Amino acid sequence: MLLSILIIPILGILMGAALGYAARLFAIEGNPLQAEIEELLPGSQCGQCGFPGCSPAAAAVAESKAPVTLCPPGGRALAEMLALKMGVAVDLSGMEEKAPAVAFIHEQLCVGCTKCFKRCPTDAIIGGPKQMHAVFADACTGCEKCFEVCPTECIEMRAVQPTLQTWYWPMPAGLAQSGAS
Amino acid sequence: MIERPLYSGPYAHERVSVRRTMLLVVFALLPATLFGLYQYGWPAIFLFIVTLLAAIVAESVSLWVMGKPQRPFLLDGSALLTGWLLAITLPPWAPWWIGVVGAFVAIVIGKQVFGGIGQNLFNPAMVARSALLVSFPLEMTTFPAPQPLLSAQAPDMAQGLAITLGDTTQVDAVTSATTFGHVKTELTRGADMDAALAGTYSLWEHLLGTSSGSLGEASVLLLLLGGVLLLYTRVISWHIPVSMLGSLALLATIFHLINPSLYLDPLFHLMAGSVILGAFFIATDLVTSPVSVRGQLIFGAGCGVLVFVIRTFAGYPEGVAFAILLMNASTPLIDHYFRPRVYGRDRRGRPLNHGDGEDQRP
Amino acid sequence: MKLFRIRGGVHPDDRKQLSAEQPIENLPLPPLLHIPLQQHIGAPATPLVTRGQLVRKGQLLARSQGMISAPVHAPTSGRIMGIGGYPAHHASGLSVRTLTLQPDGHDEWDDSCVGATAPFSMSPEEIARRVADAGIVGMGGATFPSSVKLNLRHRYALHTLVINGAECEPYLTCDDRLMQERPDDVRDGVMLMARALGVRRVLFAIENNKPAALAAMRKSATVQADLQIVGLPTRYPMGSEKHLVQTLVGKETPARGLTADIGVVVHNVATAAAVNDAIRHGRPLISRVVTVTGRAIRRPRNLHVLIGTPLDRLIEYCGGFQEEPVRLISGGPMMGQPLPSTRVPVIKGSNGLLALSASEVNDGAEMPCIRCGSCVSVCPCGLVPLSMVATIRAGRLESSVHLGLLDCIGCGSCAYACPSHIPLVQHFNYAKGELAAHQRAQHKQGEIKRLIEARTARMEAIKRAKQEAMRRRKAEMDGKKAQNEDRRAETAEASR
Repeated sequence: MLLSILIIPILGILMGAALGYAARLFAIEGNPLQAEIEELLPGSQCGQCGFPGCSPAAAAVAESKAPVTLCPPGGRALAEMLALKMGVAVDLSGMEEKAPAVAFIHEQLCVGCTKCFKRCPTDAIIGGPKQMHAVFADACTGCEKCFEVCPTECIEMRAVQPTLQTWYWPMPAGLAQSGAS
Repeated sequence: MIERPLYSGPYAHERVSVRRTMLLVVFALLPATLFGLYQYGWPAIFLFIVTLLAAIVAESVSLWVMGKPQRPFLLDGSALLTGWLLAITLPPWAPWWIGVVGAFVAIVIGKQVFGGIGQNLFNPAMVARSALLVSFPLEMTTFPAPQPLLSAQAPDMAQGLAITLGDTTQVDAVTSATTFGHVKTELTRGADMDAALAGTYSLWEHLLGTSSGSLGEASVLLLLLGGVLLLYTRVISWHIPVSMLGSLALLATIFHLINPSLYLDPLFHLMAGSVILGAFFIATDLVTSPVSVRGQLIFGAGCGVLVFVIRTFAGYPEGVAFAILLMNASTPLIDHYFRPRVYGRDRRGRPLNHGDGEDQRP
Repeated sequence: MKLFRIRGGVHPDDRKQLSAEQPIENLPLPPLLHIPLQQHIGAPATPLVTRGQLVRKGQLLARSQGMISAPVHAPTSGRIMGIGGYPAHHASGLSVRTLTLQPDGHDEWDDSCVGATAPFSMSPEEIARRVADAGIVGMGGATFPSSVKLNLRHRYALHTLVINGAECEPYLTCDDRLMQERPDDVRDGVMLMARALGVRRVLFAIENNKPAALAAMRKSATVQADLQIVGLPTRYPMGSEKHLVQTLVGKETPARGLTADIGVVVHNVATAAAVNDAIRHGRPLISRVVTVTGRAIRRPRNLHVLIGTPLDRLIEYCGGFQEEPVRLISGGPMMGQPLPSTRVPVIKGSNGLLALSASEVNDGAEMPCIRCGSCVSVCPCGLVPLSMVATIRAGRLESSVHLGLLDCIGCGSCAYACPSHIPLVQHFNYAKGELAAHQRAQHKQGEIKRLIEARTARMEAIKRAKQEAMRRRKAEMDGKKAQNEDRRAETAEASR
């Protein structure tokens, strides 16, 4: 009787010790996750997440100090991928799908000051001193760096509209619509 | 012009609905139920009505608590069907509170707690029946012999009401054991099979419905009729009933051939007890059975094997409810592993390569 | 001929009797035609005409762009009124670049529309080229450029051409009437396509609910030894390319592959007739037969209309609406698209215009899924729609792909049979679209990274060049300074 009572705690102690030792033995140095996360981020160093660049942002996500929904230009697609990488469940409904926007220069207001294209991280703006500037919409990530510096405020961030090639059916409203839920 | 919100096709629909499905099952149960009510008279009728009402009230209360709209869910027929199935598996002269407790367990614990219709893991009627059996063994194993409604010794309406309200004196007077109950008791006392069977009902009585048991065990013939109706209207497919009855018959045959004095023959296994009801109406419950053909065959076979094992080797005389509950637990697993073969792919999911001459069977 | 079974499928009430007996009628010329530059799968065509230009019937208006594209021709003679955005024949209601043509009423053919004298002695390449120039696309609704399909001969070992005369969607009767009224034209088009593909065997499949079409084609095919007319059991979706081939040949198309992978190419009946028109008569694809039907239409008809005719002209010709339709659909009820308005034009792929009443649509309130498995038993592709919808609702799109989302042909059998009236197909369409959007976003991410790296490299190069230049200037200056000092020292030396 006494023996059977003693066996259980002894087993518990032994197994606990084994687990503790294994935790020391197999501990991971550093965080390889950070490099992988940085790979996923757009890399435009736009700063919209609040961190001074994509590297510190990746470090924060890897240490779970920042939510996976931190990157507006990456949108939902990125948040999902980060969630997969971090192994967390993410509630994307809160992530206001800020419709991806691209910059558009209103030519009648542009004075050709060159401030915007010097800041653009993807060289999406073409122009020269005292010459008209224009945005390559395909290369624009919507980071808004140009928007911030334009002295004549001629840059507008326009939401990307669906085209016949990109439109798709929305998710059905579900039971709520038929009043059965 | 387009009044409804925009949604993508198709813009044609078969004339099916949840309510139609549920009501068809109720309709298929009607002959057997009416006959059973006739056989057991007024007490059975009162119990039946009380159970049905309790089921509907339980559903209404649950919907109110969950904040869901009453109309669509009350009218879809699922609470009615659950109450009906529960009622016909109860002893016909059981007191009213058995029906009420059972109905509440079935609806609340068996269905609504999981999230409502379509979300439950176990068959609600079987959950309730098993819970009642375990909690109130005396009331749940007291079966009267059939007292047809208009015969001399049947209780009249007032007496019937008294019985349902809990008067047990009359019940004791006409108690008789079910076939399986009797056989099990005799076998445990060491009697030989022929001797054990001597005190029970013949196969004919089981077929026609003059044996003792719950309402649903009464007439195998009428239940089969209902089952055929369900098959014809495509509410259920043949896979589960055939595999369940087939595996049961197979096992029973094997064991009976090995030792006829210890094991019942397959016909008794099929006719006595509620396995016909179980095979056509309970195991085939849409929500808790697998969706693919292979899955259904495995599910049915598992049910049949478990029914045999429980009846023969375990402590209870009747095993259908437990067998079905156990197989319900494995339905998600079966659904996960036994999916149909996708068009253009082999069984493992790789795209077909016609050079290999491989299997294109579903 | 031995036929093979397909799995699943449903039997909707075919309701073809509304228009099956109506012979094809020519719709009179409308006052304006709106011809979209994108009526096909692939890149839109580029316009070659300008505003105010006079064109003749059959004249090339827009050139095809790239490998997967098709040209657009003038349906009648007249003046180009403008090129601009116009509502597209698409459920989204978005606009598409469209040419507006005002007919002059003369309906004069262009000189370039000359038929071939000996079509059956043309080379396969020549046939394919003329089909491409005529702007012919799949007219069963898919609108894939037909010449690309004909050129599959170069990449795949083909042995059979299957002609899809199944018309399995309810209500539609345009192919049926075409086969009954112009069987010889269809037959000739089919044989021209067979020649272009280089196949020996041609199977012309027609569902058994079209006995008159079967009889007409059989009669026409007696002169052609290698053309076999086959009657198919009536079942939806028998007209699905992959399932049609499986029924006739017994083999399943490998997942994510083409029927050409098993040596078969499928074309629609109307496409065959268009090929005949193009090769024999030199006429590009500028018109088609459309079935206008549904209980809400007063006089259902099969109309031969010019591409670009606004739909309200067709409805008016058929007597207008006798009741307010609940749905206005392009195509059939199972896979058709809802239309944003009746202003949109007929395009190359419009085979039907349905004005449906409430009783025909049979909508019901959506209930929770009861796991009845009806969707599983009717799915012709062996999928489990109820599981896919559950994963899509939970946001796990990758899981739905593992369950086979991308193998779904979108036939709608599952939603048709669902007792809970769950819009299963819309979930799949949403998920497919969402996955495509993710892919595009990922592709864009990759490109953005490339651009950023290029820019960073450029800035580094500029910086290095600057530093290099500064270093050189400094060295020069030092050199000059040293020189100056030397000279001063020399002068000082000299003046002493």
